[in-house]
Amino acid sequence: MFEIKGRFGVHGGQYIPETLMNAVIELEEAYNRYKDDPEFNRELIELYNEYANRPSRLYYAERLTKELGGAKIYLKREDLNHTGAHKINNCLGQALLAKKMGKTRLIAETGAGQHGVATATVAALMGMECVVFMGKEDMERQALNVYKMRLLGSEVVPVTTGTGTLKDAVSEAMREWTRRISDTHYCLGSVMGPHPFPTIVRDFQAIISREIKEQMLEKEGRLPDAVIACVGGGSNAIGSFYHFIGDKDVRLIGCEAAGRGIDTFETAATINTGRLGIFHGMKSYFCQNEYGQIAPVYSISAGLDYPGVGPEHAYLHDIGRAEYVAITDDEAVDAFEYVSRAEGIIPAIESSHALAYAKKLAPTLSKDKIIVVTVSGRGDKDCAAIARYRGEDISE
Amino acid sequence: MSRITEAFKDHKAFIPFITCGDPDLETTRACVLEMVKNGADIIELGIPFSDPTAEGPVIMEADNRALKSGVTTDKIFEFTKELRKEVDVPFLYMTYANVVFSYGTEKFMKAASEAGVSGLILPDVPYEEKGDFEEICDRYGVELISMITPASNDRIRMIAKEAKGYIYVVSSLGVTGERSDITADIGSMVKLVKENTDVPCAVGFGISSPEQAGSMAALSDGAIVGSSIVKIVAEEGANAPQKVGALVKAMSDAVHKAS
Repeated sequence: MFEIKGRFGVHGGQYIPETLMNAVIELEEAYNRYKDDPEFNRELIELYNEYANRPSRLYYAERLTKELGGAKIYLKREDLNHTGAHKINNCLGQALLAKKMGKTRLIAETGAGQHGVATATVAALMGMECVVFMGKEDMERQALNVYKMRLLGSEVVPVTTGTGTLKDAVSEAMREWTRRISDTHYCLGSVMGPHPFPTIVRDFQAIISREIKEQMLEKEGRLPDAVIACVGGGSNAIGSFYHFIGDKDVRLIGCEAAGRGIDTFETAATINTGRLGIFHGMKSYFCQNEYGQIAPVYSISAGLDYPGVGPEHAYLHDIGRAEYVAITDDEAVDAFEYVSRAEGIIPAIESSHALAYAKKLAPTLSKDKIIVVTVSGRGDKDCAAIARYRGEDISE
Repeated sequence: MSRITEAFKDHKAFIPFITCGDPDLETTRACVLEMVKNGADIIELGIPFSDPTAEGPVIMEADNRALKSGVTTDKIFEFTKELRKEVDVPFLYMTYANVVFSYGTEKFMKAASEAGVSGLILPDVPYEEKGDFEEICDRYGVELISMITPASNDRIRMIAKEAKGYIYVVSSLGVTGERSDITADIGSMVKLVKENTDVPCAVGFGISSPEQAGSMAALSDGAIVGSSIVKIVAEEGANAPQKVGALVKAMSDAVHKAS
């Protein structure tokens, strides 16, 4: 609705080496050919429903609502998807597309490991080779996911360059793609990178808001007042927002990782602290120094620990359609524990950023208001790290 | 004829690359002077970037060392301006889009031009995105260099038609760094370029020996060498200039003799 040749306002574009240009052009052509193809969509929906356990539930969090004493809170349960996060929506779509394009090998970057596990899963399902790039620091933070990817038959390549986190994993995956393009599809995990990735990933994640809308109309007979989701690159957020963008009365709220605070250097809150730049194939907001060197960002959440944000979010921010708030490590960890106890749902530390904001917002709204929070993933993977954060050393 | 294109007039051109400020600007200066003394025809000066996605490990690490040493875009402008007084061969900057964009594209080009820089290479700005940069480059007499690669295929014609300075022919898929073999059909790529423009072609990425430099120059109008030089700087630090000079001598002799 907003894009002209891969642009969202001034954001987006294709800032990549010439070596990759024909690859992204080929991808765009294939996507345009298949996106409205009934057979492709039938196959994809069948995978969503039969394999990934869609549609995901829209759950009325009654205890949370009562305890907070304000707006009615619904949770969009992407954590109940196969592989435990929203990432599978995108991976199934891209892998199916890659197969139609005759590709036999998938490569991917991963931060928390959720996208890596989802890519490894679909690669196993579709009989494709798979290589996942993961920052060395993240491999330590998320050792269980590394094991899962290998169990699923993928190779996991430790990335030691730069800060050894998500940003460096993206850079290494891009470098690998320039080495080998003929049989390889880069299964990018978020709404970022060069066109057409931000559009493709958004379209595959838009199932989230399509379902929220239908489920909310069915349960409440009206649209929600606010939709809240966490934002790293921004794929679960854009998926949660997309079908509400035209509904001006629905507030769209993205929750960035403030790390130790947006007034510190240990933050990953791109929209709140970054400025316009060009990196990883796109024009968007980035955390950077005065000379355009990309900043080493920090968040307790490996999945939000990224110095940029998807171009469509940058645009929604520019036009004031979506709000972007910053949530600290402390607030996210509190929400992680709070929601676990209040609802018996252990949310991913990424999703806990969205829940933390809901916890602040709900009491300020009247009881006739409705907010939806996307629980983008489950928190099992985070338990050891949160225990450590609380000073308890447990082995997995 | 532009200053860059003129460097190809009498013979094939040898184009060495060095990262500014690795490990410090004094060493870079001494290396550049050695390069000029030993036959370099054009010099590519790298402005380091924190996350150079088109580079292999050698240049990536050089960028890290340079940034750690505290070098900045402003310091490099100042450095280039001083060096320009001693050196006559054309300079190009090689860096990434964000370094230029974030500095302010216009402000960057003005400073580059005042520092006596004739061209700019931005490996993450393909044909489709060059507009915003090229228009400002043109205004300040800085030629924006176009790249073609073995994956460019039918794009070569379109790119060549608008190329300026020289065309950077990327020898192989992948990132920068030494390779023992270059298997792409460079001859066919160059032929396609020549059907569409008079702008000279120089081959780079992966050239590690004088023999390779000579054979790549024989297929085109020149050879570009980066990682092999940067590797010497990594190993020798402040003692690198003489060894860099010796390598440049061997490479430029091979290139100048190539036909």
